[in-house]
Amino acid sequence: MRNEVFTLRSNREIAKNTFEMTLSGDTSGIAPGQFVNIRLDGFYLRRPISVCDYSEGSLTLIYKVVGHGTEYMSSLTQGARLDLLTGLGNGYDTAPSGERPLLIGGGAGVPPMYALAKALISEGKMPTVILGFNSAGEVFYEDEFKALISDTYVTTADGSYGIRGFVTDAMDRVRYTYFYTCGPEPMLRAVYGKSVTSGQFSFEERMGCGFGACMGCTCRTKYGNKRVCKDGPVLTKEEIVW
Amino acid sequence: MVNTQVTLSGLTLDNPVIPASGTFGYGYEFAEIYDINCLGSFSFKGTTREPRFGNPPPRIAETASGMLNAVGLQNPGIDKVIGEELPKLRRVFHKPVVANISGFSVEEYAECCGRIDREEGVGIIEVNISCPNVHCGGMSFGTSPESAAEVTRAVKAVTTKPVYMKLSPNVTDIAAIARACEDAGADGISLINTLMGMRIDLKRRAPVIKNTTGGLSGPAVFPVALRMVWQVYNAVKIPIIGMGGVTTADDVIEMMLAGATAVEVGAANLVDPLASKKIVEELPHVMERLNIENLTDIIGGAHNG
Repeated sequence: MRNEVFTLRSNREIAKNTFEMTLSGDTSGIAPGQFVNIRLDGFYLRRPISVCDYSEGSLTLIYKVVGHGTEYMSSLTQGARLDLLTGLGNGYDTAPSGERPLLIGGGAGVPPMYALAKALISEGKMPTVILGFNSAGEVFYEDEFKALISDTYVTTADGSYGIRGFVTDAMDRVRYTYFYTCGPEPMLRAVYGKSVTSGQFSFEERMGCGFGACMGCTCRTKYGNKRVCKDGPVLTKEEIVW
Repeated sequence: MVNTQVTLSGLTLDNPVIPASGTFGYGYEFAEIYDINCLGSFSFKGTTREPRFGNPPPRIAETASGMLNAVGLQNPGIDKVIGEELPKLRRVFHKPVVANISGFSVEEYAECCGRIDREEGVGIIEVNISCPNVHCGGMSFGTSPESAAEVTRAVKAVTTKPVYMKLSPNVTDIAAIARACEDAGADGISLINTLMGMRIDLKRRAPVIKNTTGGLSGPAVFPVALRMVWQVYNAVKIPIIGMGGVTTADDVIEMMLAGATAVEVGAANLVDPLASKKIVEELPHVMERLNIENLTDIIGGAHNG
Protein backbone atom coordinates (compact mmCIF):
# COMPACT_ATOMS: atom_id res chain seq x y z
CA MET A 1 0.00 0.00 0.00
CA ARG A 2 1.12 3.51 -0.81
CA ASN A 3 -0.51 6.86 -0.11
CA GLU A 4 -0.04 9.15 -3.12
CA VAL A 5 -1.54 12.35 -4.46
CA PHE A 6 -2.63 12.13 -8.11
CA THR A 7 -3.63 14.90 -10.50
CA LEU A 8 -6.68 14.42 -12.67
CA ARG A 9 -5.93 14.71 -16.39
CA SER A 10 -9.26 13.73 -17.94
CA ASN A 11 -12.66 12.49 -16.86
CA ARG A 12 -15.17 11.62 -19.57
CA GLU A 13 -18.34 9.58 -20.00
CA ILE A 14 -17.53 6.66 -22.31
CA ALA A 15 -20.86 4.79 -22.00
CA LYS A 16 -24.11 5.18 -20.12
CA ASN A 17 -23.22 6.23 -16.52
CA THR A 18 -19.69 4.96 -17.11
CA PHE A 19 -16.68 7.27 -16.83
CA GLU A 20 -13.03 6.95 -17.72
CA MET A 21 -10.70 8.95 -15.47
CA THR A 22 -7.01 9.38 -16.22
CA LEU A 23 -4.66 10.55 -13.49
CA SER A 24 -0.99 11.33 -13.23
CA GLY A 25 1.05 10.33 -10.20
CA ASP A 26 3.30 7.65 -8.79
CA THR A 27 2.04 4.28 -10.03
CA SER A 28 4.89 2.16 -8.68
CA GLY A 29 3.71 -0.99 -6.99
CA ILE A 30 0.40 -1.20 -8.88
CA ALA A 31 -0.47 -4.60 -10.41
CA PRO A 32 -3.33 -5.95 -12.57
CA GLY A 33 -6.43 -6.82 -10.57
CA GLN A 34 -5.57 -4.46 -7.73
CA PHE A 35 -7.60 -1.41 -6.79
CA VAL A 36 -7.09 2.10 -5.49
CA ASN A 37 -9.07 3.76 -2.70
CA ILE A 38 -9.91 7.40 -3.38
CA ARG A 39 -10.62 10.07 -0.82
CA LEU A 40 -13.36 12.47 -1.92
CA ASP A 41 -14.18 15.84 -0.37
CA GLY A 42 -17.37 15.64 1.65
CA PHE A 43 -17.45 11.86 1.89
CA TYR A 44 -16.19 10.06 4.97
CA LEU A 45 -15.19 6.75 3.44
CA ARG A 46 -12.91 6.34 0.45
CA ARG A 47 -14.21 4.85 -2.81
CA PRO A 48 -12.50 1.65 -3.97
CA ILE A 49 -12.06 1.56 -7.79
CA SER A 50 -10.33 -1.20 -9.75
CA VAL A 51 -7.28 -0.39 -11.84
CA CYS A 52 -8.05 -0.41 -15.57
CA ASP A 53 -4.65 0.56 -16.94
CA TYR A 54 -1.39 2.02 -15.72
CA SER A 55 2.05 2.94 -16.91
CA GLU A 56 4.85 4.91 -15.33
CA GLY A 57 3.25 8.09 -14.02
CA SER A 58 -0.19 7.42 -15.48
CA LEU A 59 -3.27 5.65 -14.13
CA THR A 60 -6.61 4.95 -15.84
CA LEU A 61 -9.75 4.12 -13.86
CA ILE A 62 -13.17 3.30 -15.21
CA TYR A 63 -16.09 3.62 -12.84
CA LYS A 64 -19.83 3.48 -12.95
CA VAL A 65 -21.92 6.18 -11.30
CA VAL A 66 -23.95 4.24 -8.75
CA GLY A 67 -24.35 6.69 -5.86
CA HIS A 68 -23.45 10.10 -4.48
CA GLY A 69 -19.72 9.38 -4.22
CA THR A 70 -19.25 8.24 -7.81
CA GLU A 71 -21.57 11.03 -8.97
CA TYR A 72 -19.25 13.51 -7.28
CA MET A 73 -16.26 11.78 -8.89
CA SER A 74 -17.86 12.28 -12.31
CA SER A 75 -18.02 16.04 -11.67
CA LEU A 76 -14.27 16.39 -11.06
CA THR A 77 -12.32 18.25 -13.72
CA GLN A 78 -8.76 18.48 -15.00
CA GLY A 79 -6.23 19.58 -12.41
CA ALA A 80 -8.16 18.21 -9.42
CA ARG A 81 -5.82 16.64 -6.86
CA LEU A 82 -6.88 13.32 -5.36
CA ASP A 83 -5.55 11.42 -2.35
CA LEU A 84 -5.24 7.75 -3.31
CA LEU A 85 -4.20 4.61 -1.52
CA THR A 86 -2.64 2.47 -4.24
CA GLY A 87 -1.43 -1.10 -4.57
CA LEU A 88 -4.43 -2.50 -2.66
CA GLY A 89 -5.50 -6.13 -2.89
CA ASN A 90 -3.69 -9.20 -4.15
CA GLY A 91 -4.37 -8.80 -7.88
CA TYR A 92 -4.41 -11.53 -10.50
CA ASP A 93 -1.70 -14.17 -10.64
CA THR A 94 -0.66 -14.63 -14.28
CA ALA A 95 1.59 -17.64 -13.58
CA PRO A 96 -1.06 -20.38 -14.00
CA SER A 97 -2.66 -18.89 -17.15
CA GLY A 98 -1.29 -21.35 -19.73
CA GLU A 99 -0.98 -20.35 -23.38
CA ARG A 100 -4.58 -19.30 -24.05
CA PRO A 101 -6.19 -17.69 -21.01
CA LEU A 102 -9.79 -16.46 -21.25
CA LEU A 103 -10.69 -13.09 -19.75
CA ILE A 104 -14.35 -12.53 -18.86
CA GLY A 105 -15.51 -9.09 -17.73
CA GLY A 106 -19.06 -8.00 -17.04
CA GLY A 107 -20.12 -4.34 -16.79
CA ALA A 108 -18.08 -2.61 -14.10
CA GLY A 109 -15.97 -5.80 -14.06
CA VAL A 110 -14.60 -5.09 -17.55
CA PRO A 111 -11.90 -2.52 -16.61
CA PRO A 112 -9.52 -4.79 -14.63
CA MET A 113 -9.40 -7.15 -17.63
CA TYR A 114 -7.59 -4.47 -19.60
CA ALA A 115 -4.41 -4.22 -17.50
CA LEU A 116 -4.50 -8.00 -17.11
CA ALA A 117 -4.71 -8.52 -20.89
CA LYS A 118 -1.68 -6.28 -21.36
CA ALA A 119 0.28 -8.16 -18.70
CA LEU A 120 -0.56 -11.56 -20.21
CA ILE A 121 0.35 -10.41 -23.71
CA SER A 122 3.67 -9.06 -22.46
CA GLU A 123 4.36 -12.56 -21.12
CA GLY A 124 3.76 -14.03 -24.58
CA LYS A 125 0.32 -15.48 -23.80
CA MET A 126 -2.55 -15.34 -26.30
CA PRO A 127 -5.65 -14.29 -24.38
CA THR A 128 -9.25 -14.26 -25.58
CA VAL A 129 -11.66 -11.79 -24.03
CA ILE A 130 -15.43 -11.76 -23.50
CA LEU A 131 -17.03 -8.47 -22.47
CA GLY A 132 -20.60 -8.60 -21.19
CA PHE A 133 -23.03 -5.68 -20.93
CA ASN A 134 -26.76 -5.20 -20.48
CA SER A 135 -27.33 -3.26 -23.68
CA ALA A 136 -25.59 -1.41 -26.54
CA GLY A 137 -25.55 1.93 -24.69
CA GLU A 138 -23.42 0.46 -21.90
CA VAL A 139 -20.71 -1.05 -24.11
CA PHE A 140 -17.23 0.43 -23.63
CA TYR A 141 -13.59 -0.36 -24.44
CA GLU A 142 -14.43 -2.77 -27.28
CA ASP A 143 -11.98 -0.99 -29.60
CA GLU A 144 -9.31 -0.77 -26.91
CA PHE A 145 -9.52 -4.53 -26.30
CA LYS A 146 -9.61 -5.29 -30.03
CA ALA A 147 -6.40 -3.33 -30.48
CA LEU A 148 -4.77 -5.78 -28.06
CA ILE A 149 -6.69 -8.98 -28.78
CA SER A 150 -8.33 -9.96 -32.09
CA ASP A 151 -10.44 -12.59 -30.28
CA THR A 152 -12.66 -10.10 -28.50
CA TYR A 153 -16.34 -11.03 -28.03
CA VAL A 154 -19.04 -8.65 -26.84
CA THR A 155 -22.34 -9.85 -25.45
CA THR A 156 -25.43 -7.86 -24.49
CA ALA A 157 -28.22 -9.27 -22.38
CA ASP A 158 -30.90 -7.63 -24.53
CA GLY A 159 -29.19 -8.48 -27.81
CA SER A 160 -28.91 -4.84 -28.88
CA TYR A 161 -25.21 -5.33 -29.67
CA GLY A 162 -22.85 -8.24 -30.34
CA ILE A 163 -23.83 -11.70 -29.21
CA ARG A 164 -27.26 -11.87 -27.60
CA GLY A 165 -27.15 -13.22 -24.07
CA PHE A 166 -24.65 -13.47 -21.25
CA VAL A 167 -20.90 -13.92 -21.15
CA THR A 168 -21.50 -17.63 -20.56
CA ASP A 169 -23.18 -17.85 -24.00
CA ALA A 170 -19.90 -16.77 -25.58
CA MET A 171 -17.79 -19.12 -23.47
CA ASP A 172 -18.93 -22.08 -25.66
CA ARG A 173 -17.09 -20.58 -28.61
CA VAL A 174 -13.72 -20.40 -26.92
CA ARG A 175 -11.06 -22.98 -26.11
CA TYR A 176 -8.99 -21.84 -23.18
CA THR A 177 -6.31 -23.06 -20.80
CA TYR A 178 -7.38 -20.97 -17.77
CA PHE A 179 -9.69 -18.04 -17.05
CA TYR A 180 -9.88 -14.74 -15.20
CA THR A 181 -13.15 -13.01 -14.42
CA CYS A 182 -14.64 -9.95 -12.75
CA GLY A 183 -18.25 -8.80 -12.69
CA PRO A 184 -21.50 -8.89 -10.72
CA GLU A 185 -21.90 -11.90 -8.44
CA PRO A 186 -24.66 -13.63 -10.51
CA MET A 187 -22.30 -13.53 -13.49
CA LEU A 188 -19.41 -14.90 -11.43
CA ARG A 189 -21.60 -17.78 -10.27
CA ALA A 190 -22.64 -18.51 -13.86
CA VAL A 191 -19.02 -18.44 -15.02
CA TYR A 192 -18.09 -20.72 -12.13
CA GLY A 193 -20.71 -23.23 -13.27
CA LYS A 194 -19.85 -23.03 -16.95
CA SER A 195 -16.07 -23.02 -16.77
CA VAL A 196 -14.11 -26.15 -17.69
CA THR A 197 -10.71 -25.11 -16.31
CA SER A 198 -9.39 -23.53 -13.17
CA GLY A 199 -9.50 -19.76 -12.90
CA GLN A 200 -9.51 -16.63 -10.77
CA PHE A 201 -12.49 -14.50 -9.69
CA SER A 202 -12.39 -10.90 -8.55
CA PHE A 203 -15.00 -10.02 -5.91
CA GLU A 204 -16.62 -6.83 -4.75
CA GLU A 205 -17.80 -5.96 -1.23
CA ARG A 206 -18.63 -2.84 0.75
CA MET A 207 -15.38 -1.86 2.42
CA GLY A 208 -14.41 0.26 5.37
CA CYS A 209 -10.69 0.82 4.99
CA GLY A 210 -9.67 -1.16 1.88
CA PHE A 211 -6.34 -2.27 3.38
CA GLY A 212 -7.20 -5.05 5.78
CA ALA A 213 -7.65 -3.26 9.10
CA CYS A 214 -11.38 -3.13 9.80
CA MET A 215 -12.63 -6.62 8.84
CA GLY A 216 -15.56 -4.93 7.11
CA CYS A 217 -15.44 -7.06 3.94
CA THR A 218 -14.60 -10.56 5.16
CA CYS A 219 -15.84 -13.58 3.20
CA ARG A 220 -15.64 -17.31 3.82
CA THR A 221 -13.41 -19.48 1.64
CA LYS A 222 -12.49 -23.15 1.72
CA TYR A 223 -9.19 -22.07 3.29
CA GLY A 224 -10.69 -19.91 6.02
CA ASN A 225 -11.90 -16.33 6.30
CA LYS A 226 -10.43 -13.83 3.87
CA ARG A 227 -10.64 -10.07 3.71
CA VAL A 228 -11.84 -9.18 0.20
CA CYS A 229 -9.73 -5.99 0.30
CA LYS A 230 -6.45 -7.48 1.46
CA ASP A 231 -6.42 -11.28 0.90
CA GLY A 232 -8.62 -10.72 -2.22
CA PRO A 233 -10.27 -9.30 -4.21
CA VAL A 234 -9.05 -12.18 -6.38
CA LEU A 235 -9.88 -15.70 -5.22
CA THR A 236 -9.18 -18.94 -7.05
CA LYS A 237 -12.01 -21.16 -8.26
CA GLU A 238 -10.89 -23.88 -5.85
CA GLU A 239 -11.25 -21.78 -2.71
CA ILE A 240 -14.61 -20.10 -3.36
CA VAL A 241 -17.60 -20.85 -1.14
CA TRP A 242 -20.81 -19.46 -2.66
CA MET B 1 10.32 21.13 24.95
CA VAL B 2 6.83 19.96 25.75
CA ASN B 3 6.12 16.73 27.60
CA THR B 4 3.55 14.48 25.94
CA GLN B 5 3.85 11.63 28.43
CA VAL B 6 0.81 10.39 30.31
CA THR B 7 0.43 7.63 32.89
CA LEU B 8 -2.40 5.10 32.97
CA SER B 9 -2.50 3.11 36.21
CA GLY B 10 1.28 3.15 36.57
CA LEU B 11 1.96 2.53 32.87
CA THR B 12 3.70 5.55 31.35
CA LEU B 13 3.03 6.17 27.65
CA ASP B 14 5.22 8.40 25.46
CA ASN B 15 2.04 10.10 24.33
CA PRO B 16 -1.70 9.60 24.87
CA VAL B 17 -2.45 8.42 21.31
CA ILE B 18 -3.79 4.86 21.12
CA PRO B 19 -5.41 3.44 17.97
CA ALA B 20 -8.73 1.93 18.99
CA SER B 21 -9.65 -1.72 18.90
CA GLY B 22 -11.12 -2.90 15.61
CA THR B 23 -9.55 -0.13 13.57
CA PHE B 24 -5.95 -1.28 13.77
CA GLY B 25 -6.10 -5.07 13.48
CA TYR B 26 -2.97 -6.44 15.16
CA GLY B 27 -0.89 -3.57 13.84
CA TYR B 28 0.78 -5.18 10.80
CA GLU B 29 -1.19 -3.38 8.09
CA PHE B 30 -0.07 -0.06 9.54
CA ALA B 31 3.47 -1.21 10.23
CA GLU B 32 3.77 -1.61 6.44
CA ILE B 33 3.55 2.15 6.00
CA TYR B 34 4.99 3.64 9.20
CA ASP B 35 6.86 2.72 12.35
CA ILE B 36 3.97 2.22 14.77
CA ASN B 37 6.33 2.51 17.75
CA CYS B 38 5.66 6.26 17.62
CA LEU B 39 2.25 5.53 19.18
CA GLY B 40 1.55 5.67 22.90
CA SER B 41 0.15 2.15 22.61
CA PHE B 42 -2.56 0.46 20.58
CA SER B 43 -5.62 -1.58 21.38
CA PHE B 44 -5.75 -4.78 19.37
CA LYS B 45 -8.75 -6.35 17.68
CA GLY B 46 -11.40 -7.50 20.15
CA THR B 47 -10.73 -11.09 21.11
CA THR B 48 -13.14 -13.77 22.29
CA ARG B 49 -12.65 -17.32 23.55
CA GLU B 50 -13.84 -18.97 20.33
CA PRO B 51 -12.90 -17.92 16.79
CA ARG B 52 -15.68 -15.81 15.26
CA PHE B 53 -16.56 -15.11 11.64
CA GLY B 54 -18.69 -12.16 12.68
CA ASN B 55 -21.76 -10.91 10.86
CA PRO B 56 -22.67 -11.54 7.20
CA PRO B 57 -21.84 -8.75 4.73
CA PRO B 58 -22.50 -5.94 4.02
CA ARG B 59 -21.03 -4.85 7.34
CA ILE B 60 -20.22 -1.24 6.49
CA ALA B 61 -22.24 1.86 5.61
CA GLU B 62 -21.23 5.46 5.19
CA THR B 63 -22.93 8.28 7.10
CA ALA B 64 -22.53 12.03 7.29
CA SER B 65 -19.13 12.55 8.94
CA GLY B 66 -18.85 8.95 9.93
CA MET B 67 -19.58 5.32 9.30
CA LEU B 68 -21.55 2.38 10.60
CA ASN B 69 -20.02 -1.02 11.13
CA ALA B 70 -21.48 -4.35 12.10
CA VAL B 71 -18.37 -6.50 11.95
CA GLY B 72 -19.60 -8.52 14.92
CA LEU B 73 -16.33 -9.26 16.71
CA GLN B 74 -14.66 -11.24 13.95
CA ASN B 75 -11.46 -12.61 15.46
CA PRO B 76 -9.38 -15.80 15.38
CA GLY B 77 -10.09 -16.68 19.02
CA ILE B 78 -7.82 -16.35 22.05
CA ASP B 79 -5.70 -19.46 21.36
CA LYS B 80 -4.63 -18.15 17.97
CA VAL B 81 -4.25 -14.58 19.25
CA ILE B 82 -1.84 -15.76 21.95
CA GLY B 83 -0.12 -18.36 19.79
CA GLU B 84 0.20 -16.48 16.50
CA GLU B 85 -0.90 -12.84 16.54
CA LEU B 86 0.90 -11.64 19.67
CA PRO B 87 4.32 -13.06 18.67
CA LYS B 88 3.92 -11.38 15.24
CA LEU B 89 2.72 -8.16 16.85
CA ARG B 90 5.74 -8.06 19.17
CA ARG B 91 8.02 -7.98 16.16
CA VAL B 92 6.47 -4.72 14.89
CA PHE B 93 5.50 -3.06 18.18
CA HIS B 94 7.83 -2.95 21.15
CA LYS B 95 5.71 -1.16 23.75
CA PRO B 96 2.99 -2.61 25.99
CA VAL B 97 -0.30 -3.05 24.11
CA VAL B 98 -3.89 -2.69 25.22
CA ALA B 99 -5.50 -6.13 25.02
CA ASN B 100 -9.16 -5.79 24.04
CA ILE B 101 -11.25 -8.71 25.29
CA SER B 102 -14.90 -9.46 24.66
CA GLY B 103 -17.21 -12.23 25.70
CA PHE B 104 -20.63 -13.79 25.86
CA SER B 105 -20.67 -14.80 29.51
CA VAL B 106 -19.02 -13.64 32.73
CA GLU B 107 -16.99 -16.86 32.76
CA GLU B 108 -15.73 -16.26 29.22
CA TYR B 109 -14.61 -12.72 30.07
CA ALA B 110 -12.77 -14.01 33.14
CA GLU B 111 -11.13 -16.91 31.29
CA CYS B 112 -9.87 -14.78 28.39
CA CYS B 113 -8.72 -11.90 30.58
CA GLY B 114 -6.94 -14.31 32.93
CA ARG B 115 -5.07 -15.83 30.01
CA ILE B 116 -4.16 -12.56 28.30
CA ASP B 117 -3.01 -11.16 31.66
CA ARG B 118 -0.09 -13.61 31.62
CA GLU B 119 1.11 -12.50 28.18
CA GLU B 120 4.30 -10.52 27.91
CA GLY B 121 3.76 -7.18 26.24
CA VAL B 122 0.21 -6.69 27.46
CA GLY B 123 0.09 -3.43 29.42
CA ILE B 124 -3.61 -2.93 29.98
CA ILE B 125 -6.65 -5.18 29.61
CA GLU B 126 -9.57 -3.35 28.00
CA VAL B 127 -12.77 -5.27 28.64
CA ASN B 128 -15.34 -4.63 25.95
CA ILE B 129 -18.77 -4.82 27.56
CA SER B 130 -20.24 -2.63 24.85
CA CYS B 131 -20.20 -4.27 21.40
CA PRO B 132 -23.53 -3.31 19.80
CA ASN B 133 -23.20 -5.82 16.95
CA VAL B 134 -23.54 -9.19 18.62
CA HIS B 135 -26.88 -10.61 19.60
CA CYS B 136 -26.15 -11.99 23.01
CA GLY B 137 -23.46 -10.88 25.39
CA GLY B 138 -21.45 -7.90 24.23
CA MET B 139 -23.32 -4.70 24.94
CA SER B 140 -25.84 -6.31 27.26
CA PHE B 141 -23.16 -6.49 29.97
CA GLY B 142 -22.48 -2.79 29.65
CA THR B 143 -26.02 -1.52 29.85
CA SER B 144 -26.70 -2.16 33.53
CA PRO B 145 -24.55 -1.21 36.52
CA GLU B 146 -25.06 -4.65 38.08
CA SER B 147 -23.86 -6.72 35.13
CA ALA B 148 -21.00 -4.29 34.39
CA ALA B 149 -19.88 -4.70 38.01
CA GLU B 150 -20.23 -8.47 37.82
CA VAL B 151 -17.91 -8.70 34.80
CA THR B 152 -15.47 -6.28 36.45
CA ARG B 153 -15.29 -8.33 39.64
CA ALA B 154 -14.84 -11.58 37.75
CA VAL B 155 -12.02 -10.16 35.62
CA LYS B 156 -10.28 -8.42 38.52
CA ALA B 157 -10.28 -11.69 40.50
CA VAL B 158 -8.10 -13.40 37.88
CA THR B 159 -5.82 -10.60 36.64
CA THR B 160 -2.82 -8.62 37.84
CA LYS B 161 -2.63 -5.96 35.14
CA PRO B 162 -4.76 -2.80 35.01
CA VAL B 163 -8.32 -3.52 33.89
CA TYR B 164 -10.19 -0.86 31.92
CA MET B 165 -13.88 -1.41 31.29
CA LYS B 166 -14.99 -0.21 27.86
CA LEU B 167 -18.46 1.26 28.12
CA SER B 168 -21.36 1.66 25.74
CA PRO B 169 -22.92 5.05 25.03
CA ASN B 170 -26.25 3.33 24.38
CA VAL B 171 -27.39 3.80 27.99
CA THR B 172 -29.42 6.30 29.97
CA ASP B 173 -26.87 6.91 32.74
CA ILE B 174 -23.25 6.35 31.78
CA ALA B 175 -22.02 7.76 35.11
CA ALA B 176 -23.87 5.11 37.12
CA ILE B 177 -22.29 2.33 35.06
CA ALA B 178 -18.82 3.84 35.36
CA ARG B 179 -19.25 4.17 39.13
CA ALA B 180 -20.38 0.54 39.37
CA CYS B 181 -17.22 -0.54 37.53
CA GLU B 182 -15.04 1.60 39.80
CA ASP B 183 -16.71 0.19 42.93
CA ALA B 184 -16.16 -3.33 41.58
CA GLY B 185 -12.43 -2.67 41.32
CA ALA B 186 -11.88 -1.44 37.75
CA ASP B 187 -8.57 0.41 37.29
CA GLY B 188 -9.94 2.65 34.58
CA ILE B 189 -12.75 3.34 32.13
CA SER B 190 -12.63 3.37 28.32
CA LEU B 191 -15.41 5.17 26.50
CA ILE B 192 -17.25 5.36 24.20
CA ASN B 193 -17.92 2.33 22.04
CA THR B 194 -20.05 3.04 18.95
CA LEU B 195 -23.58 4.40 18.98
CA MET B 196 -26.24 2.14 17.50
CA GLY B 197 -27.57 3.38 14.18
CA MET B 198 -28.78 2.30 10.76
CA ARG B 199 -29.05 3.33 7.10
CA ILE B 200 -31.63 2.25 4.51
CA ASP B 201 -30.82 1.69 0.83
CA LEU B 202 -33.44 3.70 -1.08
CA LYS B 203 -33.33 1.52 -4.19
CA ARG B 204 -33.59 -1.80 -2.37
CA ARG B 205 -35.83 -0.35 0.36
CA ALA B 206 -33.88 -2.39 2.87
CA PRO B 207 -31.21 -1.74 5.50
CA VAL B 208 -27.76 -1.18 3.96
CA ILE B 209 -26.17 -3.37 6.63
CA LYS B 210 -27.19 -7.03 6.65
CA ASN B 211 -27.31 -6.97 10.46
CA THR B 212 -29.86 -4.09 10.12
CA THR B 213 -28.11 -1.97 12.75
CA GLY B 214 -24.48 -1.05 13.18
CA GLY B 215 -22.27 1.06 15.40
CA LEU B 216 -21.77 4.70 14.44
CA SER B 217 -18.25 6.12 14.67
CA GLY B 218 -16.27 8.98 13.20
CA PRO B 219 -16.39 12.75 13.79
CA ALA B 220 -20.21 12.60 13.96
CA VAL B 221 -20.00 11.04 17.44
CA PHE B 222 -17.22 13.24 18.89
CA PRO B 223 -19.48 15.67 20.80
CA VAL B 224 -21.44 12.77 22.32
CA ALA B 225 -18.23 11.02 23.35
CA LEU B 226 -16.83 14.23 24.81
CA ARG B 227 -19.98 14.80 26.86
CA MET B 228 -19.83 11.25 28.24
CA VAL B 229 -16.13 11.54 29.13
CA TRP B 230 -17.05 14.75 30.95
CA GLN B 231 -19.85 13.02 32.89
CA VAL B 232 -17.73 10.00 33.79
CA TYR B 233 -14.86 12.24 34.93
CA ASN B 234 -17.27 13.83 37.37
CA ALA B 235 -18.42 10.42 38.57
CA VAL B 236 -15.20 8.45 39.13
CA LYS B 237 -11.62 8.90 40.35
CA ILE B 238 -9.99 6.24 38.13
CA PRO B 239 -8.38 7.27 34.81
CA ILE B 240 -10.37 7.51 31.61
CA ILE B 241 -9.35 6.60 28.07
CA GLY B 242 -11.55 8.82 25.91
CA MET B 243 -12.55 7.92 22.36
CA GLY B 244 -15.18 8.58 19.73
CA GLY B 245 -14.52 10.49 16.52
CA VAL B 246 -11.06 11.73 17.49
CA THR B 247 -9.37 12.86 14.26
CA THR B 248 -6.88 15.61 15.13
CA ALA B 249 -4.46 16.60 17.89
CA ASP B 250 -6.94 19.34 18.81
CA ASP B 251 -9.52 16.62 19.43
CA VAL B 252 -7.02 14.87 21.73
CA ILE B 253 -6.58 18.04 23.78
CA GLU B 254 -10.35 18.52 23.92
CA MET B 255 -10.88 14.96 25.17
CA MET B 256 -8.21 15.46 27.82
CA LEU B 257 -9.71 18.76 28.95
CA ALA B 258 -13.00 16.87 29.41
CA GLY B 259 -11.22 14.36 31.65
CA ALA B 260 -9.42 11.75 29.55
CA THR B 261 -5.89 10.69 30.55
CA ALA B 262 -5.31 9.02 27.17
CA VAL B 263 -7.21 9.02 23.92
CA GLU B 264 -8.04 6.33 21.40
CA VAL B 265 -8.28 7.04 17.68
CA GLY B 266 -10.72 4.83 15.80
CA ALA B 267 -12.43 5.37 12.47
CA ALA B 268 -9.85 8.00 11.45
CA ASN B 269 -7.31 5.17 10.94
CA LEU B 270 -9.58 3.59 8.35
CA VAL B 271 -9.92 6.63 6.10
CA ASP B 272 -6.36 7.82 6.59
CA PRO B 273 -3.97 5.01 7.54
CA LEU B 274 -1.48 7.65 8.71
CA ALA B 275 -4.03 9.41 10.96
CA SER B 276 -2.63 8.26 14.32
CA LYS B 277 0.94 9.04 13.29
CA LYS B 278 -0.10 12.51 12.13
CA ILE B 279 -1.83 13.15 15.47
CA VAL B 280 1.31 12.07 17.39
CA GLU B 281 3.41 14.45 15.27
CA GLU B 282 0.93 17.30 15.51
CA LEU B 283 0.48 17.05 19.27
CA PRO B 284 3.67 18.90 20.41
CA HIS B 285 2.90 21.77 18.02
CA VAL B 286 -0.66 22.08 19.31
CA MET B 287 0.67 22.02 22.88
CA GLU B 288 3.09 24.84 22.10
CA ARG B 289 0.32 26.83 20.46
CA LEU B 290 -1.85 26.39 23.55
CA ASN B 291 1.00 26.93 26.05
CA ILE B 292 0.74 23.43 27.44
CA GLU B 293 4.04 22.22 28.90
CA ASN B 294 2.98 18.96 30.48
CA LEU B 295 0.08 17.16 28.90
CA THR B 296 -0.93 15.62 32.24
CA ASP B 297 -1.60 19.12 33.60
CA ILE B 298 -4.67 19.54 31.40
CA ILE B 299 -6.54 16.35 32.30
CA GLY B 300 -10.03 17.44 33.30
CA GLY B 301 -8.87 21.05 32.95
CA ALA B 302 -12.18 22.26 31.53
CA HIS B 303 -13.96 21.33 34.75
CA ASN B 304 -12.29 24.25 36.54
CA GLY B 305 -13.26 26.79 33.91
